[in-house]
Amino acid sequence: MLDRSPQETKDRSAEATRPVAFRGAGFTPRGSRSAGWIALALVIAVWQLAGSAGWVNPLFLPAPSAIAMAVYKLASSGALWQHLSWSIMRIGTGWIIGTAAGVIVGFAIGLSTMARGVGITFISALFPIPKIALLPLLILWLGIGEEPKIATIALGVFFSTAISVYSGVDAVPRNLIRMAQSFNVPFHAIVRRVIWPGALPSILAGFRITSSVALLLVVSAEMIGAQYGIGAFVLQAGNLMQTDQLLAGVVILSLFGLLVGKLINLLEVRLLHWR
Amino acid sequence: MDLIADHISHRFGALDVLDDVSFTVRAGEIVAIVGPSGCGKSTLLSILGGLLRPSEGAAELRGAPPSGSLNPLTFVFQDFALLPWNTVEENVAFPLLHTSLGAGERRAVIDDALRRTGLSDFRAAYPKQLSGGMRQRVGIARALAVRPAILLMDEPLSALDSQTRELLMEDFVGLLADGTMGAVYVTHNLEEAVRLADRVVVLSRRPGRIREIVTIPMTRAERGTADARGPMAALQGELWSLIRKEAIDAEREVQHA
Repeated sequence: MLDRSPQETKDRSAEATRPVAFRGAGFTPRGSRSAGWIALALVIAVWQLAGSAGWVNPLFLPAPSAIAMAVYKLASSGALWQHLSWSIMRIGTGWIIGTAAGVIVGFAIGLSTMARGVGITFISALFPIPKIALLPLLILWLGIGEEPKIATIALGVFFSTAISVYSGVDAVPRNLIRMAQSFNVPFHAIVRRVIWPGALPSILAGFRITSSVALLLVVSAEMIGAQYGIGAFVLQAGNLMQTDQLLAGVVILSLFGLLVGKLINLLEVRLLHWR
Repeated sequence: MDLIADHISHRFGALDVLDDVSFTVRAGEIVAIVGPSGCGKSTLLSILGGLLRPSEGAAELRGAPPSGSLNPLTFVFQDFALLPWNTVEENVAFPLLHTSLGAGERRAVIDDALRRTGLSDFRAAYPKQLSGGMRQRVGIARALAVRPAILLMDEPLSALDSQTRELLMEDFVGLLADGTMGAVYVTHNLEEAVRLADRVVVLSRRPGRIREIVTIPMTRAERGTADARGPMAALQGELWSLIRKEAIDAEREVQHA
Protein backbone atom coordinates (compact mmCIF):
# COMPACT_ATOMS: atom_id res chain seq x y z
CA MET A 1 0.00 0.00 0.00
CA LEU A 2 1.20 3.53 -0.69
CA ASP A 3 1.60 5.91 2.23
CA ARG A 4 -0.59 8.77 0.99
CA SER A 5 -1.29 12.23 2.36
CA PRO A 6 -2.79 15.47 1.07
CA GLN A 7 -0.59 18.51 0.41
CA GLU A 8 1.92 19.27 3.14
CA THR A 9 1.64 22.77 4.71
CA LYS A 10 4.41 25.00 6.04
CA ASP A 11 5.52 24.23 9.55
CA ARG A 12 4.89 27.53 11.38
CA SER A 13 6.36 26.50 14.68
CA ALA A 14 9.98 26.43 13.43
CA GLU A 15 12.37 29.40 13.23
CA ALA A 16 11.74 32.38 10.90
CA THR A 17 11.87 31.71 7.17
CA ARG A 18 13.23 33.87 4.35
CA PRO A 19 12.37 33.75 0.64
CA VAL A 20 14.79 32.17 -1.81
CA ALA A 21 16.43 35.05 -3.71
CA PHE A 22 15.32 35.27 -7.39
CA ARG A 23 18.34 34.91 -9.66
CA GLY A 24 16.73 34.27 -13.01
CA ALA A 25 16.30 37.85 -14.25
CA GLY A 26 17.64 39.19 -17.57
CA PHE A 27 18.93 37.57 -20.80
CA THR A 28 15.40 37.47 -22.25
CA PRO A 29 15.20 40.62 -24.40
CA ARG A 30 11.74 41.29 -25.83
CA GLY A 31 11.02 43.35 -28.91
CA SER A 32 8.90 46.45 -28.37
CA ARG A 33 7.23 48.03 -31.37
CA SER A 34 6.17 51.18 -29.59
CA ALA A 35 9.70 51.81 -28.26
CA GLY A 36 11.05 51.75 -31.80
CA TRP A 37 8.44 54.19 -33.11
CA ILE A 38 8.91 56.51 -30.11
CA ALA A 39 12.69 56.54 -30.65
CA LEU A 40 12.22 57.28 -34.36
CA ALA A 41 9.75 60.09 -33.58
CA LEU A 42 12.21 61.54 -31.07
CA VAL A 43 15.07 61.55 -33.58
CA ILE A 44 12.85 63.24 -36.18
CA ALA A 45 11.69 65.79 -33.60
CA VAL A 46 15.26 66.68 -32.58
CA TRP A 47 16.27 66.83 -36.25
CA GLN A 48 13.33 69.15 -36.98
CA LEU A 49 14.19 71.32 -33.98
CA ALA A 50 17.82 71.56 -35.12
CA GLY A 51 16.64 72.64 -38.59
CA SER A 52 14.04 75.14 -37.38
CA ALA A 53 16.40 76.69 -34.86
CA GLY A 54 19.06 77.10 -37.49
CA TRP A 55 21.58 74.85 -35.67
CA VAL A 56 22.41 73.07 -38.94
CA ASN A 57 22.79 74.44 -42.43
CA PRO A 58 19.73 73.25 -44.45
CA LEU A 59 21.98 72.81 -47.47
CA PHE A 60 23.81 70.01 -45.68
CA LEU A 61 20.90 68.60 -43.73
CA PRO A 62 17.40 69.85 -44.61
CA ALA A 63 14.74 69.59 -41.89
CA PRO A 64 12.25 66.67 -42.06
CA SER A 65 9.47 69.15 -42.90
CA ALA A 66 11.43 70.33 -45.94
CA ILE A 67 11.97 66.75 -47.04
CA ALA A 68 8.27 65.99 -46.55
CA MET A 69 7.41 69.05 -48.63
CA ALA A 70 9.80 67.89 -51.36
CA VAL A 71 8.13 64.46 -51.37
CA TYR A 72 4.70 66.10 -51.57
CA LYS A 73 5.76 68.32 -54.49
CA LEU A 74 7.28 65.34 -56.26
CA ALA A 75 4.10 63.36 -55.79
CA SER A 76 1.75 66.16 -56.82
CA SER A 77 3.78 67.01 -59.92
CA GLY A 78 3.70 63.39 -61.09
CA ALA A 79 7.49 63.20 -61.15
CA LEU A 80 7.55 60.78 -58.23
CA TRP A 81 5.48 58.19 -60.08
CA GLN A 82 7.48 58.73 -63.26
CA HIS A 83 10.77 57.98 -61.51
CA LEU A 84 9.35 55.28 -59.30
CA SER A 85 7.64 53.42 -62.13
CA TRP A 86 10.91 53.15 -64.06
CA SER A 87 12.71 51.85 -60.98
CA ILE A 88 9.93 49.37 -60.20
CA MET A 89 9.94 48.10 -63.77
CA ARG A 90 13.71 47.55 -63.68
CA ILE A 91 13.71 45.97 -60.23
CA GLY A 92 10.66 43.81 -60.97
CA THR A 93 11.95 42.49 -64.28
CA GLY A 94 15.51 41.96 -63.05
CA TRP A 95 14.37 40.35 -59.82
CA ILE A 96 11.98 37.94 -61.53
CA ILE A 97 14.57 36.87 -64.11
CA GLY A 98 17.34 36.52 -61.48
CA THR A 99 15.06 34.71 -59.04
CA ALA A 100 13.71 32.26 -61.62
CA ALA A 101 17.22 31.40 -62.81
CA GLY A 102 18.53 31.25 -59.23
CA VAL A 103 15.77 28.91 -58.07
CA ILE A 104 16.32 26.57 -61.04
CA VAL A 105 20.12 26.52 -60.64
CA GLY A 106 19.88 26.32 -56.83
CA PHE A 107 17.59 23.28 -57.01
CA ALA A 108 19.82 21.66 -59.62
CA ILE A 109 22.86 22.16 -57.35
CA GLY A 110 20.92 20.91 -54.35
CA LEU A 111 19.69 17.77 -56.09
CA SER A 112 22.26 16.75 -58.69
CA THR A 113 25.83 15.68 -58.07
CA MET A 114 26.97 16.87 -61.49
CA ALA A 115 25.23 20.26 -61.21
CA ARG A 116 26.71 20.68 -57.73
CA GLY A 117 30.24 19.99 -58.93
CA VAL A 118 30.01 22.50 -61.75
CA GLY A 119 27.63 25.03 -60.24
CA ILE A 120 29.32 25.63 -56.89
CA THR A 121 32.66 26.27 -58.62
CA PHE A 122 31.13 28.88 -60.91
CA ILE A 123 29.08 30.50 -58.19
CA SER A 124 32.05 30.66 -55.81
CA ALA A 125 34.15 32.30 -58.52
CA LEU A 126 31.56 34.79 -59.74
CA PHE A 127 29.55 35.62 -56.61
CA PRO A 128 32.16 37.97 -55.05
CA ILE A 129 32.31 40.21 -58.17
CA PRO A 130 30.44 43.49 -57.53
CA LYS A 131 27.79 43.18 -60.21
CA ILE A 132 27.67 46.91 -60.85
CA ALA A 133 31.25 46.60 -62.15
CA LEU A 134 29.85 44.50 -64.98
CA LEU A 135 27.43 47.21 -66.13
CA PRO A 136 29.85 48.76 -68.67
CA LEU A 137 30.47 45.32 -70.14
CA LEU A 138 26.76 44.60 -70.20
CA ILE A 139 26.17 47.94 -71.97
CA LEU A 140 28.74 46.85 -74.54
CA TRP A 141 27.00 43.51 -75.01
CA LEU A 142 23.36 44.59 -74.77
CA GLY A 143 23.47 48.21 -75.93
CA ILE A 144 22.36 51.39 -74.19
CA GLY A 145 18.86 50.87 -72.90
CA GLU A 146 17.03 48.98 -70.22
CA GLU A 147 18.61 45.59 -70.91
CA PRO A 148 22.01 46.17 -69.23
CA LYS A 149 20.40 47.66 -66.10
CA ILE A 150 17.93 44.78 -65.83
CA ALA A 151 20.72 42.28 -66.51
CA THR A 152 22.84 43.81 -63.72
CA ILE A 153 19.97 43.43 -61.26
CA ALA A 154 19.22 39.91 -62.49
CA LEU A 155 22.86 38.89 -62.05
CA GLY A 156 23.00 40.28 -58.52
CA VAL A 157 19.75 38.55 -57.60
CA PHE A 158 20.68 35.28 -59.32
CA PHE A 159 23.76 34.47 -57.26
CA SER A 160 22.20 35.21 -53.85
CA THR A 161 19.06 33.29 -54.82
CA ALA A 162 20.98 30.27 -56.09
CA ILE A 163 23.02 30.16 -52.88
CA SER A 164 20.00 30.48 -50.60
CA VAL A 165 18.08 27.84 -52.58
CA TYR A 166 20.79 25.19 -52.55
CA SER A 167 21.57 25.95 -48.90
CA GLY A 168 17.85 25.51 -48.21
CA VAL A 169 17.74 22.23 -50.11
CA ASP A 170 20.80 21.03 -48.19
CA ALA A 171 19.12 22.02 -44.92
CA VAL A 172 16.03 19.88 -45.50
CA PRO A 173 16.28 17.15 -42.86
CA ARG A 174 17.51 13.99 -44.57
CA ASN A 175 15.25 11.89 -42.37
CA LEU A 176 12.21 13.43 -44.11
CA ILE A 177 13.59 12.50 -47.52
CA ARG A 178 14.38 8.96 -46.31
CA MET A 179 10.87 8.73 -44.88
CA ALA A 180 9.37 9.68 -48.25
CA GLN A 181 11.64 7.20 -50.04
CA SER A 182 10.63 4.48 -47.60
CA PHE A 183 7.04 4.95 -48.77
CA ASN A 184 8.11 4.77 -52.44
CA VAL A 185 7.07 8.39 -53.04
CA PRO A 186 8.31 9.35 -56.54
CA PHE A 187 11.21 11.79 -56.99
CA HIS A 188 9.11 14.68 -58.32
CA ALA A 189 6.69 14.35 -55.40
CA ILE A 190 9.56 14.33 -52.89
CA VAL A 191 10.84 17.55 -54.48
CA ARG A 192 7.39 19.15 -54.42
CA ARG A 193 6.09 17.95 -51.07
CA VAL A 194 9.25 17.60 -48.98
CA ILE A 195 12.18 19.54 -50.41
CA TRP A 196 10.35 22.64 -51.63
CA PRO A 197 8.49 23.35 -48.36
CA GLY A 198 11.57 22.35 -46.35
CA ALA A 199 13.76 24.77 -48.28
CA LEU A 200 11.19 27.56 -48.27
CA PRO A 201 12.38 29.29 -45.07
CA SER A 202 15.85 29.65 -46.57
CA ILE A 203 14.43 30.70 -49.95
CA LEU A 204 12.30 33.43 -48.37
CA ALA A 205 15.26 34.60 -46.31
CA GLY A 206 17.09 34.78 -49.64
CA PHE A 207 14.26 36.89 -51.09
CA ARG A 208 14.77 39.37 -48.28
CA ILE A 209 18.45 39.70 -49.23
CA THR A 210 17.84 39.79 -52.98
CA SER A 211 15.22 42.52 -52.68
CA SER A 212 17.84 44.69 -50.98
CA VAL A 213 20.44 43.72 -53.58
CA ALA A 214 18.00 44.65 -56.35
CA LEU A 215 17.30 48.02 -54.75
CA LEU A 216 21.00 48.72 -54.36
CA LEU A 217 21.76 47.75 -57.94
CA VAL A 218 18.87 49.65 -59.50
CA VAL A 219 19.99 52.87 -57.79
CA SER A 220 23.61 52.29 -58.82
CA ALA A 221 22.66 51.40 -62.39
CA GLU A 222 20.34 54.40 -62.70
CA MET A 223 23.09 56.67 -61.40
CA ILE A 224 25.40 55.44 -64.15
CA GLY A 225 23.08 55.71 -67.11
CA ALA A 226 19.42 56.63 -66.85
CA GLN A 227 17.20 59.64 -67.35
CA TYR A 228 14.39 58.39 -65.12
CA GLY A 229 14.41 56.33 -61.96
CA ILE A 230 14.93 57.09 -58.30
CA GLY A 231 18.69 56.62 -58.63
CA ALA A 232 18.85 59.09 -61.51
CA PHE A 233 16.67 61.53 -59.57
CA VAL A 234 18.89 61.32 -56.45
CA LEU A 235 22.03 61.85 -58.53
CA GLN A 236 20.48 64.80 -60.38
CA ALA A 237 19.35 66.40 -57.09
CA GLY A 238 22.85 65.94 -55.66
CA ASN A 239 24.46 67.55 -58.68
CA LEU A 240 22.14 70.55 -58.30
CA MET A 241 22.74 70.73 -54.51
CA GLN A 242 18.99 70.19 -53.95
CA THR A 243 19.52 68.24 -50.76
CA ASP A 244 15.84 68.28 -49.80
CA GLN A 245 15.06 66.55 -53.13
CA LEU A 246 18.02 64.23 -52.67
CA LEU A 247 16.81 63.17 -49.24
CA ALA A 248 13.25 62.91 -50.55
CA GLY A 249 14.61 60.31 -52.99
CA VAL A 250 16.37 58.53 -50.13
CA VAL A 251 13.14 58.52 -48.07
CA ILE A 252 11.24 57.06 -51.02
CA LEU A 253 13.89 54.34 -51.39
CA SER A 254 13.65 53.60 -47.68
CA LEU A 255 9.84 53.39 -47.85
CA PHE A 256 10.06 51.17 -50.91
CA GLY A 257 12.49 48.87 -49.07
CA LEU A 258 10.19 48.77 -46.06
CA LEU A 259 7.21 47.93 -48.24
CA VAL A 260 9.04 45.05 -49.90
CA GLY A 261 10.13 43.83 -46.45
CA LYS A 262 6.51 43.90 -45.32
CA LEU A 263 5.45 41.92 -48.39
CA ILE A 264 8.05 39.28 -47.60
CA ASN A 265 6.85 39.23 -43.98
CA LEU A 266 3.32 38.59 -45.24
CA LEU A 267 4.60 35.79 -47.48
CA GLU A 268 6.42 34.23 -44.53
CA VAL A 269 3.34 34.43 -42.31
CA ARG A 270 1.25 32.82 -45.02
CA LEU A 271 3.68 30.16 -46.21
CA LEU A 272 5.58 29.36 -43.01
CA HIS A 273 2.67 29.35 -40.56
CA TRP A 274 3.65 25.83 -39.52
CA ARG A 275 6.89 27.00 -37.85
CA MET B 1 5.73 -12.66 -46.31
CA ASP B 2 9.16 -13.36 -44.81
CA LEU B 3 12.03 -10.89 -44.63
CA ILE B 4 15.47 -12.43 -44.85
CA ALA B 5 18.83 -10.96 -43.90
CA ASP B 6 21.18 -13.01 -46.04
CA HIS B 7 24.84 -12.75 -44.98
CA ILE B 8 24.69 -8.98 -44.71
CA SER B 9 27.96 -7.12 -44.17
CA HIS B 10 28.42 -3.40 -44.37
CA ARG B 11 31.20 -0.90 -44.07
CA PHE B 12 31.29 2.90 -44.14
CA GLY B 13 34.66 3.66 -45.76
CA ALA B 14 37.25 1.86 -43.66
CA LEU B 15 34.81 1.29 -40.80
CA ASP B 16 33.32 -2.21 -40.65
CA VAL B 17 29.82 -1.88 -39.23
CA LEU B 18 28.15 -5.24 -39.84
CA ASP B 19 29.68 -8.64 -40.45
CA ASP B 20 27.81 -11.55 -41.98
CA VAL B 21 24.41 -11.07 -40.37
CA SER B 22 21.77 -13.63 -41.31
CA PHE B 23 18.30 -14.27 -39.91
CA THR B 24 14.72 -14.53 -41.09
CA VAL B 25 11.67 -12.63 -39.91
CA ARG B 26 8.73 -14.91 -40.58
CA ALA B 27 5.25 -13.66 -41.43
CA GLY B 28 3.61 -12.09 -38.40
CA GLU B 29 6.72 -12.53 -36.25
CA ILE B 30 8.24 -9.76 -34.15
CA VAL B 31 12.02 -9.82 -34.05
CA ALA B 32 13.87 -7.41 -31.79
CA ILE B 33 17.45 -6.43 -32.55
CA VAL B 34 19.54 -5.45 -29.54
CA GLY B 35 23.21 -4.82 -29.01
CA PRO B 36 25.74 -2.34 -27.67
CA SER B 37 25.80 1.28 -28.90
CA GLY B 38 27.20 1.60 -32.41
CA CYS B 39 26.88 -2.11 -33.24
CA GLY B 40 25.01 -1.36 -36.46
CA LYS B 41 21.41 -2.02 -35.40
CA SER B 42 19.97 0.98 -37.27
CA THR B 43 22.25 0.35 -40.25
CA LEU B 44 20.92 -3.19 -40.42
CA LEU B 45 17.34 -1.92 -40.33
CA SER B 46 18.05 0.56 -43.13
CA ILE B 47 19.47 -2.29 -45.21
CA LEU B 48 16.48 -4.52 -44.45
CA GLY B 49 14.13 -1.69 -45.49
CA GLY B 50 15.97 -0.93 -48.74
CA LEU B 51 17.25 2.48 -47.69
CA LEU B 52 20.89 1.40 -47.71
CA ARG B 53 22.71 -0.96 -50.07
CA PRO B 54 24.80 -3.48 -48.12
CA SER B 55 28.47 -3.90 -48.96
CA GLU B 56 27.91 -7.65 -49.08
CA GLY B 57 24.92 -9.94 -48.79
CA ALA B 58 21.32 -8.94 -49.38
CA ALA B 59 17.94 -8.26 -47.84
CA GLU B 60 15.34 -10.49 -49.46
CA LEU B 61 11.61 -11.10 -49.34
CA ARG B 62 9.93 -14.50 -49.60
CA GLY B 63 6.27 -14.95 -50.34
CA ALA B 64 3.62 -12.52 -51.48
CA PRO B 65 2.68 -9.49 -49.42
CA PRO B 66 -0.81 -9.54 -47.91
CA SER B 67 -3.46 -8.38 -50.35
CA GLY B 68 -4.09 -4.66 -50.12
CA SER B 69 -0.65 -3.89 -48.72
CA LEU B 70 0.54 -0.63 -50.27
CA ASN B 71 4.04 -0.73 -48.75
CA PRO B 72 4.97 -4.15 -47.37
CA LEU B 73 8.08 -2.88 -45.54
CA THR B 74 7.20 0.27 -43.62
CA PHE B 75 9.39 2.24 -41.25
CA VAL B 76 8.47 3.83 -37.94
CA PHE B 77 11.24 6.29 -37.21
CA GLN B 78 12.92 7.19 -33.94
CA ASP B 79 12.55 10.92 -34.62
CA PHE B 80 9.01 10.46 -36.03
CA ALA B 81 9.97 12.02 -39.42
CA LEU B 82 6.76 14.01 -39.69
CA LEU B 83 6.38 16.78 -42.23
CA PRO B 84 6.12 19.86 -39.99
CA TRP B 85 4.21 21.85 -42.63
CA ASN B 86 1.47 19.22 -42.83
CA THR B 87 -1.33 18.53 -40.37
CA VAL B 88 -1.74 15.17 -38.68
CA GLU B 89 -4.23 14.11 -41.35
CA GLU B 90 -1.98 15.29 -44.18
CA ASN B 91 0.98 13.43 -42.67
CA VAL B 92 -1.03 10.22 -42.54
CA ALA B 93 -2.28 10.85 -46.09
CA PHE B 94 1.23 11.56 -47.40
CA PRO B 95 2.21 7.98 -48.36
CA LEU B 96 -1.21 7.41 -49.94
CA LEU B 97 -1.07 10.35 -52.37
CA HIS B 98 0.82 8.44 -55.02
CA THR B 99 -0.99 5.15 -54.74
CA SER B 100 -3.88 3.80 -56.77
CA LEU B 101 -6.40 4.48 -53.98
CA GLY B 102 -9.36 6.64 -54.91
CA ALA B 103 -10.24 9.69 -52.82
CA GLY B 104 -13.06 7.95 -50.92
CA GLU B 105 -11.01 4.85 -50.19
CA ARG B 106 -8.10 7.01 -49.10
CA ARG B 107 -10.31 8.91 -46.70
CA ALA B 108 -11.57 5.67 -45.20
CA VAL B 109 -8.01 4.38 -44.74
CA ILE B 110 -6.91 7.63 -43.09
CA ASP B 111 -9.93 7.67 -40.78
CA ASP B 112 -9.25 4.09 -39.77
CA ALA B 113 -5.55 4.74 -39.07
CA LEU B 114 -6.37 7.86 -37.02
CA ARG B 115 -9.04 5.97 -35.07
CA ARG B 116 -6.73 3.05 -34.29
CA THR B 117 -4.08 5.40 -32.93
CA GLY B 118 -6.48 7.66 -31.01
CA LEU B 119 -5.79 10.65 -33.23
CA SER B 120 -9.25 11.31 -34.65
CA ASP B 121 -9.63 14.50 -32.62
CA PHE B 122 -6.19 15.80 -33.62
CA ARG B 123 -6.41 15.50 -37.39
CA ALA B 124 -6.11 19.28 -37.97
CA ALA B 125 -3.21 19.78 -35.54
CA TYR B 126 0.36 20.43 -36.70
CA PRO B 127 3.22 18.29 -35.34
CA LYS B 128 4.63 21.22 -33.33
CA GLN B 129 1.35 21.34 -31.39
CA LEU B 130 1.66 17.71 -30.29
CA SER B 131 3.61 16.00 -27.52
CA GLY B 132 6.35 13.51 -28.40
CA GLY B 133 4.06 10.58 -27.76
CA MET B 134 1.32 11.97 -29.98
CA ARG B 135 3.84 12.67 -32.72
CA GLN B 136 4.97 9.07 -32.65
CA ARG B 137 1.32 8.02 -32.81
CA VAL B 138 1.10 10.02 -36.06
CA GLY B 139 4.15 8.11 -37.30
CA ILE B 140 2.42 4.85 -36.42
CA ALA B 141 -0.87 5.94 -38.02
CA ARG B 142 1.03 6.82 -41.19
CA ALA B 143 2.64 3.39 -41.17
CA LEU B 144 -0.68 1.61 -40.55
CA ALA B 145 -2.31 3.51 -43.42
CA VAL B 146 -0.23 1.65 -46.00
CA ARG B 147 -1.16 -1.73 -44.48
CA PRO B 148 2.38 -3.04 -44.04
CA ALA B 149 3.34 -6.67 -43.85
CA ILE B 150 6.34 -5.87 -41.66
CA LEU B 151 6.95 -2.75 -39.58
CA LEU B 152 10.57 -1.68 -39.37
CA MET B 153 10.80 0.18 -36.08
CA ASP B 154 13.99 2.05 -35.33
CA GLU B 155 14.04 2.75 -31.59
CA PRO B 156 10.52 4.19 -31.84
CA LEU B 157 10.26 4.95 -28.14
CA SER B 158 13.76 6.16 -27.34
CA ALA B 159 12.96 9.86 -27.84
CA LEU B 160 10.06 9.68 -25.37
CA ASP B 161 9.76 9.94 -21.61
CA SER B 162 9.16 6.78 -19.61
CA GLN B 163 5.43 7.30 -19.04
CA THR B 164 4.77 7.96 -22.73
CA ARG B 165 6.97 4.96 -23.58
CA GLU B 166 4.81 2.78 -21.38
CA LEU B 167 1.61 4.01 -23.00
CA LEU B 168 2.93 3.53 -26.53
CA MET B 169 4.31 0.10 -25.67
CA GLU B 170 0.77 -0.90 -24.68
CA ASP B 171 -0.39 0.43 -28.05
CA PHE B 172 2.27 -1.59 -29.91
CA VAL B 173 1.29 -4.74 -28.06
CA GLY B 174 -2.34 -4.12 -29.02
CA LEU B 175 -1.63 -3.29 -32.67
CA LEU B 176 0.60 -6.33 -33.21
CA ALA B 177 -1.51 -8.73 -31.14
CA ASP B 178 -3.46 -10.33 -33.98
CA GLY B 179 -0.31 -11.47 -35.78
CA THR B 180 -1.28 -10.02 -39.16
CA MET B 181 1.71 -7.69 -39.08
CA GLY B 182 5.29 -8.64 -38.36
CA ALA B 183 7.94 -6.27 -37.07
CA VAL B 184 11.64 -5.75 -36.78
CA TYR B 185 12.11 -3.75 -33.62
CA VAL B 186 15.50 -2.12 -33.08
CA THR B 187 16.02 -1.07 -29.49
CA HIS B 188 18.63 -0.64 -26.81
CA ASN B 189 15.94 -1.24 -24.19
CA LEU B 190 15.92 -4.92 -23.22
CA GLU B 191 12.60 -4.61 -21.37
CA GLU B 192 10.92 -3.48 -24.59
CA ALA B 193 12.57 -6.33 -26.50
CA VAL B 194 11.40 -8.97 -24.05
CA ARG B 195 7.93 -7.53 -23.80
CA LEU B 196 7.25 -7.25 -27.51
CA ALA B 197 9.40 -9.70 -29.47
CA ASP B 198 9.01 -13.36 -30.30
CA ARG B 199 12.75 -13.62 -30.87
CA VAL B 200 15.63 -11.32 -29.96
CA VAL B 201 18.67 -11.01 -32.20
CA VAL B 202 21.64 -10.04 -30.04
CA LEU B 203 24.42 -8.31 -31.95
CA SER B 204 28.02 -8.03 -30.82
CA ARG B 205 29.85 -4.70 -30.66
CA ARG B 206 31.07 -3.23 -33.95
CA PRO B 207 31.35 -4.80 -36.42
CA GLY B 208 27.96 -6.21 -35.47
CA ARG B 209 27.79 -10.00 -35.71
CA ILE B 210 24.97 -12.16 -34.44
CA ARG B 211 25.95 -13.30 -30.96
CA GLU B 212 22.81 -15.18 -30.27
CA ILE B 213 19.18 -15.36 -31.32
CA VAL B 214 17.05 -15.79 -28.21
CA THR B 215 13.51 -17.12 -28.48
CA ILE B 216 11.15 -15.71 -25.86
CA PRO B 217 9.50 -18.79 -24.31
CA MET B 218 6.10 -17.17 -23.74
CA THR B 219 3.31 -16.06 -25.98
CA ARG B 220 2.76 -12.32 -26.23
CA ALA B 221 -0.59 -12.72 -24.44
CA GLU B 222 1.10 -14.54 -21.54
CA ARG B 223 3.54 -11.69 -21.10
CA GLY B 224 0.76 -9.34 -20.07
CA THR B 225 -0.05 -11.35 -16.92
CA ALA B 226 1.33 -10.72 -13.43
CA ASP B 227 2.83 -14.24 -13.34
CA ALA B 228 5.05 -13.38 -16.27
CA ARG B 229 6.92 -10.58 -14.52
CA GLY B 230 9.47 -12.85 -12.86
CA PRO B 231 10.37 -14.91 -15.96
CA MET B 232 10.50 -11.74 -18.07
CA ALA B 233 12.89 -10.07 -15.63
CA ALA B 234 15.03 -13.22 -15.72
CA LEU B 235 15.07 -13.12 -19.52
CA GLN B 236 16.03 -9.48 -19.45
CA GLY B 237 18.89 -10.33 -17.07
CA GLU B 238 19.99 -13.12 -19.38
CA LEU B 239 20.05 -10.75 -22.36
CA TRP B 240 21.92 -8.14 -20.35
CA SER B 241 24.55 -10.69 -19.38
CA LEU B 242 25.08 -11.34 -23.10
CA ILE B 243 25.53 -7.65 -23.85
CA ARG B 244 27.04 -6.15 -20.70
CA LYS B 245 30.74 -6.68 -21.32
CA GLU B 246 30.48 -5.61 -24.94
CA ALA B 247 28.42 -2.56 -23.97
CA ILE B 248 31.19 -1.49 -21.56
CA ASP B 249 33.85 -2.04 -24.26
CA ALA B 250 31.73 -0.15 -26.82
CA GLU B 251 31.25 2.76 -24.44
CA ARG B 252 34.99 3.02 -23.81
CA GLU B 253 35.61 2.83 -27.53
CA VAL B 254 33.24 5.73 -28.12
CA GLN B 255 34.88 7.76 -25.38
CA HIS B 256 38.33 7.17 -26.88
CA ALA B 257 37.19 7.97 -30.41
